[in-house]
Amino acid sequence: MAARSTFPAGLVLDAHKQQACGTPIVDLPLPRQVALALDQGSGYGAEPVVAVGAAVAMGTLVARTDYPFASALHSPLAGTVVAIETRAAAVEGGRSVCIVIESNGSDRIDDSIRPVADPDSLSPEQLTQRLRDAGIAGLGGAGFPTATKLASARDRGAQTLLLNGAECEPWICCDDALMRSAADDVVRGALILRRAAGAVRCVIAIEDDKPAAIAAMTGAIERQRDAALKVVVVPAVYPQGAERQLITTVTGVEVPADGLPADAGVICQNVATAAAVARWATRGEPILSRVVTVTGSGVAHPCNIRAPIGTALATLVAAAGGYRGTPLRLIAGGNMTGRALASDEAGLTKAMNCVLVATRDDIGSRLGAVELPCIRCGDCSNVCPAGLLPQQLYRAALADAHDALRQLGVRDCIDCGLCDYVCPSQIPLTDRFRDARRRLNAAEATAQKAADARERHELRTRRLQETATAEQQAFESVRNRARQPGDDAAGGKS
Amino acid sequence: MNPDAVFVAVLVAAALAVTLGVALGWAASLIEPDADSLVERIDALLPQTQCGQCRYPGCRPYAAAIASGAAEIDRCPPGGDATVRALAALLDRSPRPLDPAFGAPKPAQVAWIDEEKCIGCARCLPACPVDAIVGAPRQMHTVITAQCTGCELCLPPCPVDCIELRPVPAVSLRYRQPRAA
Ligand code: SF4
Ligand code: SF4
Ligand code: SF4
Ligand code: SF4
Ligand code: SF4
Repeated sequence: MAARSTFPAGLVLDAHKQQACGTPIVDLPLPRQVALALDQGSGYGAEPVVAVGAAVAMGTLVARTDYPFASALHSPLAGTVVAIETRAAAVEGGRSVCIVIESNGSDRIDDSIRPVADPDSLSPEQLTQRLRDAGIAGLGGAGFPTATKLASARDRGAQTLLLNGAECEPWICCDDALMRSAADDVVRGALILRRAAGAVRCVIAIEDDKPAAIAAMTGAIERQRDAALKVVVVPAVYPQGAERQLITTVTGVEVPADGLPADAGVICQNVATAAAVARWATRGEPILSRVVTVTGSGVAHPCNIRAPIGTALATLVAAAGGYRGTPLRLIAGGNMTGRALASDEAGLTKAMNCVLVATRDDIGSRLGAVELPCIRCGDCSNVCPAGLLPQQLYRAALADAHDALRQLGVRDCIDCGLCDYVCPSQIPLTDRFRDARRRLNAAEATAQKAADARERHELRTRRLQETATAEQQAFESVRNRARQPGDDAAGGKS
Repeated sequence: MNPDAVFVAVLVAAALAVTLGVALGWAASLIEPDADSLVERIDALLPQTQCGQCRYPGCRPYAAAIASGAAEIDRCPPGGDATVRALAALLDRSPRPLDPAFGAPKPAQVAWIDEEKCIGCARCLPACPVDAIVGAPRQMHTVITAQCTGCELCLPPCPVDCIELRPVPAVSLRYRQPRAA
């Protein structure tokens, strides 16, 4: 089945995918050391449960969390925790507290890691809890904990599990490689996710520029003989793989700005996440590794690598043949939404689907470009897949006009980067919007705190007044009683 | 010209004038901001630190003083120049620098009690304008960081000086974006 794009605009970009996708997935030998960032990309961190010096095995829990937006972390190596410290990391701000583990060369597996005897006997709630314990998080780029999405999908009665295999961003092809090599795992994981979400059907969306993946997935589905499982081919238009845009394409329903995908009856999961769920079911393995695309004109042999979480990016680049030419930028993610990193010492995170070593040829035209005034050409609004008016948002962002920013939908911007990609005046629009959003959030948090303080202060003032009045009354009634039994009954006060 | 017609015209014009006059007067009374809502709107611009540096017992009394013309708009150090500007815009006055007699602006801060040193005298409790301290006599006291406005009013009563102000801990104010895959 094929679907037409129904979200506004978007753009067909140069794919640059053939570089890394020609060869099979490379299995990286266990590195000597890993650095696990507590924040794995969702923006929120877990809490370490091991101390420096602790001995760990593969799969030992090293950080836990009750917070719905963070995910648990497990050691991908057998060895010793050598440090828990702030280091370079591929997260916002460029640094995060990391648990550093050094390997002792063995491949001892933690006793807690056992295959899940019969995942079908677990209730959706039990399944969700087990996936949370296994630290399963969105491997598509957001790192959002899967269990949290599953719970919200059940609460809202979502009927459709949408498996995202669109992989629309240029350069990235780890999901493509995974679907081609492990289609059965993806389908197995999808069935478990579908049950955990309480959904009845599962749709796997793949862009039409990946015929091999479409064939592999279709084959795997036929082997399952499940009528409520199907592949939908979607046009290769960036950003087809963005959650809300993909839902619109597949279901024709637009997710309301202040709603969740589950409000449109859909829960969205990445194909790589489904494969990780299958690994958890067959081996009991929490997320210890992921497939990541190492590519760009700045690496010798672009390829897809399965590597332990926390592996230094330098090690990944070395496994892809090392640097070549004059690399200009090291980017975690693709060229549109990725984050430039200051150092290749940062570790691989669950959310990182691509390491792009870009040269001037890859991103050159924008580098060092002088920002010119907006000429109101309207190109930005013509491409915006969220249906926003970037040109007006830009003016509101410059003026820090909070009401206007809210009204123009700065929070519906999905950071896709298309507006600044097309802007002839080379204005870094997306960055401005990200920054404006940060300031808007800070201002709202301050206003909320002030409102709380006002309320608490008012309550306290009222309480003090009431206590004072009560004391006064108590005092007067005692005094009255003291006077009444006296000789002159009329002597009491009023 | 028919004198009757002139008379009627004058009468109609007079009636119109009276009716419109009454209507306009009534409308004006609707538009005119009453004192209470002005205090509300001024209070909404104050930072609610409740520190008393403006020499009023809290932000709302200061708002009332501004509304009645008893105080200038330059007395709130926690709000800094931004608050003065916002007040000036609301009241249609020209902004002025903060009056240094009332103190200087500081970065956001919260109180922290050294629980080892706290003797449980409970003297800091009534000082806190927003009930941000938890404790009881002879028990260790602590500050609810999320509620503390950093007003410093708990510092003077503490006999062992075990309360200090620290920079506001960095919280993630980040709004999570759905990302393109
Ligand atoms: S970055 Fe935001 S504003 Fe720009 S095109 Fe993408 S969604 Fe629209
Ligand atoms: S694309 Fe750039 S120049 Fe054109 S309207 Fe948008 S911001 Fe202005
Ligand atoms: S100085 Fe400012 S924050 Fe402090 S009580 Fe007065 S108005 Fe409130
Ligand atoms: S704890 Fe201290 S600094 Fe914080 S609000 Fe209360 S009195 Fe002010
Ligand atoms: S005033 Fe100081 S010693 Fe007394 S209860 Fe408060 S913090 Fe503890």
